[in-house]
Amino acid sequence: MTQLALVIDLNVCVGCHACVTSCKEWNTSGWAGPLVDRNPYGAAPTGTFFNRVQTFEVGTFPNTETVHFPKSCLHCEDPPCVPVCPTGASYKRPDNGVVLVDYDRCIGCKYCSWACPYGARELDEQQRVMKKCTLCIDRITDLNLSERDRKPACVLACPASARLFGDVHDPDSEVSVAIRERGGYQLMPECGTRPSNHYLPRHRTVMHIDPEALTRVDNPLRKEDLTAYTGEETLDDVAW
Amino acid sequence: MQDPTTYSDGLIGQVEVKETTCYMCACRCGIRVHLRDGEVRYIDGNPNHPLNKGVICAKGSSGIMKQYSPGRITRPLRRKAGAERGASEFEVISWEEAFSLLTERLARLRAEDPKQFALFTGRDQMQALTGMFAKQFGTPNYAAHGGFCSVNMAAGLIYTIGGSFWEFGGPDLEHARLFVMIGTAEDHHSNPLKMAISEFKRRGGRFISINPIRTGYSAIADEWVPIKPGSDGALILAITHELIHTGLFDRDFLIQYSNAAELVINDPARDDHGLLYRAEMHVEEGCFDPDNRLWWDREINGPISTHTPGAEPRLLGSYVLPDGTPVKPSFQLLKERVESYTPEWAEPITGIPAATIRRLAHEMGVTARDQKIELPLKWTDCWDDEHDSITGNPVAFHAMRGLAAHSNGFQTIRALGILMSLLGTIDRPGGFRHRAPYPRPIPPCPKPPTGPEAVQPNTPLDGLPLGWPAKPEDLFVDAAGEAVRLDKAFSWEYPLSVHGLMHNVITNAWRGDPYPIDTLFLFMANMAWNSTMNTGEVRRMLVDKQPNGEYKIPFLVVCDTFASETVAFADLVLPDTTYLERHDVLSMLDRPISEFEGPVDAVRIPILPPKGDCKPFQEMLIELGSRLKLPAFVNADGSRKYRDYPDFIVNYETSPGSGIGFLAGWRGEDGDKSLKGEPNPNQWERYAEHGCVFQHELPHNYQYMRNWNKGYLHWARAHGLIRYAEPIILHLYSEVLQKFRLAAQGKRPGRQPPERLRERVETFFDPLPFYYEPLESQLTDTARYPLNALTQRPMAMYHSWDSQNAWLRQIHSHNYLYLSPRVGAEQGFGDGDWVWVESVHGRVRCMCRFSEAVEPGTVWTWNAIGKAAGAWGLSADADESRKGFLLNHLIHEELPAHAAGEHLSNSDPVTGQAAWFDVRVRVYKADPHEPAMTSPQFTPMPRLPGQEKQRGKWQAYVAGIFGKK
Repeated sequence: MTQLALVIDLNVCVGCHACVTSCKEWNTSGWAGPLVDRNPYGAAPTGTFFNRVQTFEVGTFPNTETVHFPKSCLHCEDPPCVPVCPTGASYKRPDNGVVLVDYDRCIGCKYCSWACPYGARELDEQQRVMKKCTLCIDRITDLNLSERDRKPACVLACPASARLFGDVHDPDSEVSVAIRERGGYQLMPECGTRPSNHYLPRHRTVMHIDPEALTRVDNPLRKEDLTAYTGEETLDDVAW
Repeated sequence: MQDPTTYSDGLIGQVEVKETTCYMCACRCGIRVHLRDGEVRYIDGNPNHPLNKGVICAKGSSGIMKQYSPGRITRPLRRKAGAERGASEFEVISWEEAFSLLTERLARLRAEDPKQFALFTGRDQMQALTGMFAKQFGTPNYAAHGGFCSVNMAAGLIYTIGGSFWEFGGPDLEHARLFVMIGTAEDHHSNPLKMAISEFKRRGGRFISINPIRTGYSAIADEWVPIKPGSDGALILAITHELIHTGLFDRDFLIQYSNAAELVINDPARDDHGLLYRAEMHVEEGCFDPDNRLWWDREINGPISTHTPGAEPRLLGSYVLPDGTPVKPSFQLLKERVESYTPEWAEPITGIPAATIRRLAHEMGVTARDQKIELPLKWTDCWDDEHDSITGNPVAFHAMRGLAAHSNGFQTIRALGILMSLLGTIDRPGGFRHRAPYPRPIPPCPKPPTGPEAVQPNTPLDGLPLGWPAKPEDLFVDAAGEAVRLDKAFSWEYPLSVHGLMHNVITNAWRGDPYPIDTLFLFMANMAWNSTMNTGEVRRMLVDKQPNGEYKIPFLVVCDTFASETVAFADLVLPDTTYLERHDVLSMLDRPISEFEGPVDAVRIPILPPKGDCKPFQEMLIELGSRLKLPAFVNADGSRKYRDYPDFIVNYETSPGSGIGFLAGWRGEDGDKSLKGEPNPNQWERYAEHGCVFQHELPHNYQYMRNWNKGYLHWARAHGLIRYAEPIILHLYSEVLQKFRLAAQGKRPGRQPPERLRERVETFFDPLPFYYEPLESQLTDTARYPLNALTQRPMAMYHSWDSQNAWLRQIHSHNYLYLSPRVGAEQGFGDGDWVWVESVHGRVRCMCRFSEAVEPGTVWTWNAIGKAAGAWGLSADADESRKGFLLNHLIHEELPAHAAGEHLSNSDPVTGQAAWFDVRVRVYKADPHEPAMTSPQFTPMPRLPGQEKQRGKWQAYVAGIFGKK
């Protein structure tokens, strides 16, 4: 069975928010839209986003890491939001594993958001229905789009190409290879949700300098005389 | 709900996809704008665009909310008779009224004294037109915002290596092995740099970030080296010291391609002390360096012409020429200069341990030497030596405002250029690479006017408003050596202010120093808020009156797309369009979007009709130029020459028959010529067919070593990019600076600085880089104000253009002052508390956040998230004005009075670069009884006539139905 998912490379994510707003602009006018904004031009503006970047610090100065952490629905293989839904509005597609909400059946009871350990669901406060990432289901399955464009908006937008998209059940897919070879991990595996989205950890490149690299025979200083004789007295003038 | 797999977006409404160029920031990516029933449905990156290759950033993805923002102004407005300036009491007028009153006023000024009209623009990517308009008008009082942005970066590197970071060049991360980013540098070429850094890291490259703050790209650096603000020069000089002492420099590169081995006259008693020794020979006049300098040859142990075949010069030593002139190679002088700049010396200044400084130097030097790249490309240098390959020393740097926005930035950036040269990385694979039209001669050929007589009634300016002085005679000063320009650019106060000093324009005009003006025309420059230093005072200057009741700045014209803070102060408001509603060019005459591989320029074409009565700024200039009958805009009989801006772009040539115009692509009658060729009436159509972008890829062996690549230089000359196909030797030692210094020392015939400025010019025009504490710190009680305050650029709000944007403002609706918990512990406040941040000039109340990702002597915030109440279409109680704050209130536009002058700009003394990042502050807890609101507060700006009414509590944007609701 196909399980579509995102693999997010924290080694290159600079926290630019391209994924956040490209998601918003695609989805607000798309199948899963609108993504409503409250107080769009006033105090405390807040709106529905399917994807957000959280930034946090790890460690103490000067050994501090600043981590940009994009987060959206993880499309769990065992999604706790689905069985708790009293109306069947929350469902997992059998064909590609994407977890979706049918707004026509959603009653806005929020059971799913309580069940989700990741805080990935957002209630549309105006329409009173639950909304969340669809992996741009209306892009990825739209055969009217070119193959290049049949990807989630966030994946296409990401300037750092920190977002990989594909089938995590296909061992040869780009995402499976990345997870396998680069230590891809799941969020909170102890919850038993088996999230499909994975994260790739930071990797630090260091340089080792051999001391001999600093004492080489081809040192250009050897081309310059270390001293210059300008006629001053030496032992050659006085010793016998 | 419909099954999403049966749903197709392309079947909903009438779908159109149009290509144009983004302008949500200055990066200028190619975009596809998808329309549904005429409304913007989706904006994504153009996959075929050479710059962004399909990606797009947070801002670019939010273009919809810029287009449909209620902050837009839609009608020409005139301040109501009797209304106070700044009160936003306007009446709607027609364009005919607007143009008539402007034409009448400007025609009078042009006939009386063109200096009375000043045109300053916030963006500098349309200078080709705005600068030309100013020149045609005859006013010298023109510049874009470069003076308060990063002119130190432009000038510091262009006066050293003939090119610069910015649009003109950048790090070649495709080939680099080590990448060092110094200071905040996220705001130019942003998407290409993000793409390049990520690919670089994936290939295993090592990324070091040197920055007081770990945010932005620094977050993914392999190593973060926190540094104290303003001390970058000390670090770079200490690294230079270490490289020279360990022999980790590229000797062959320096000898061939820089003036390292050239002999400098070394006799302080002589008037020509510090100049390069030049053999007497016939020298052709031109703005290139004639090949008449000398090396000291090892074999013959005597002088020899530079680049003599077979010669091997010394870099070190002290010699006497046959005529008795004592000389030293400039490298020897550099070595002497950095002798005292040891890592141990730099440690307390920079806060970086000496061992780390040493290691950084070793990493750079060893990577450059031992991981060389050889590209199998045959090329010929300017001395006719043929080479079978091009070598790269794969160490790349990037820096921008973090280095630039200090009063010691010019010399710091000179030091960086020299460091990059020592490592042998200039226009080589894996190092710094130029982008067309660079490299250019050091300095480039265009020059400002040289005296007040260049300004004459009803006559174009004799010279270019902005240029590149090479000697004191190129300064724009009067007989007393004082400034001719309002902003005092190109005067002895800031001789190399190649981008002007926009940050002093309002203050100088208000004070009438050097003279009062009549009309100030601002385009897209928020000079009553975040684009100005000392914001509160500048707002008062704008409304200050003479005893007779007249405003000290009599007439203020503001052209903007949105109801910015500055619009409130206008006497005449001209509503500009968005980037989706206009024709635009990103021209080779200006700041194109060239790539390392060759020239690239681009256009915008209108996707949507202008909102209301909005008119593109460029159309306004063409209209005004035609009405004022400025020579370039009219035929010989005085009739209008250009129908509109697109017509102007296609048909204008820099001179009749030059074949050089604003656009480089599809020139010639049939569109088959590039860069140079006759006007092509179908040029816009060709651009539209090609994604609005033109790219000329140079042959591979013309893509490197361009300062000295004979093939490239001749190609560039043949295509009108440069005047001389002469080598552009790197200026390790700056003879240009020494000429100014000699003048200050009274050792040079010709122009002399005024007495009060002699010491200043002598000090700062040092031909070799040196470190000095930023001027504000020198003149401030740093015990009372122990902290440095900085801003950083959030990637979702580059340029702070987008508080009117409903999506982007949800990411940054207000800002905090980030600081080390140690500061809070010392001052007794906690994370999240309201605090006062105070400089010697004033104080601002804001909320603080503790951070471990900041050097403890530094506090910082995101740039210009705070807005004045009611501006930008936001409600008066929006977070931007209640919780957000502006650091600008704390930063003065002038230095405290001192020996060199009473009103010197708070700027770099060489370039006039605004020293934003020099400000010193202290932070203390706000009284708990004080309101939980930022201070200062300003009277809310009301909605303007023609501006949309306040939108409701909910907004659900769905393309195709949003505008119909």
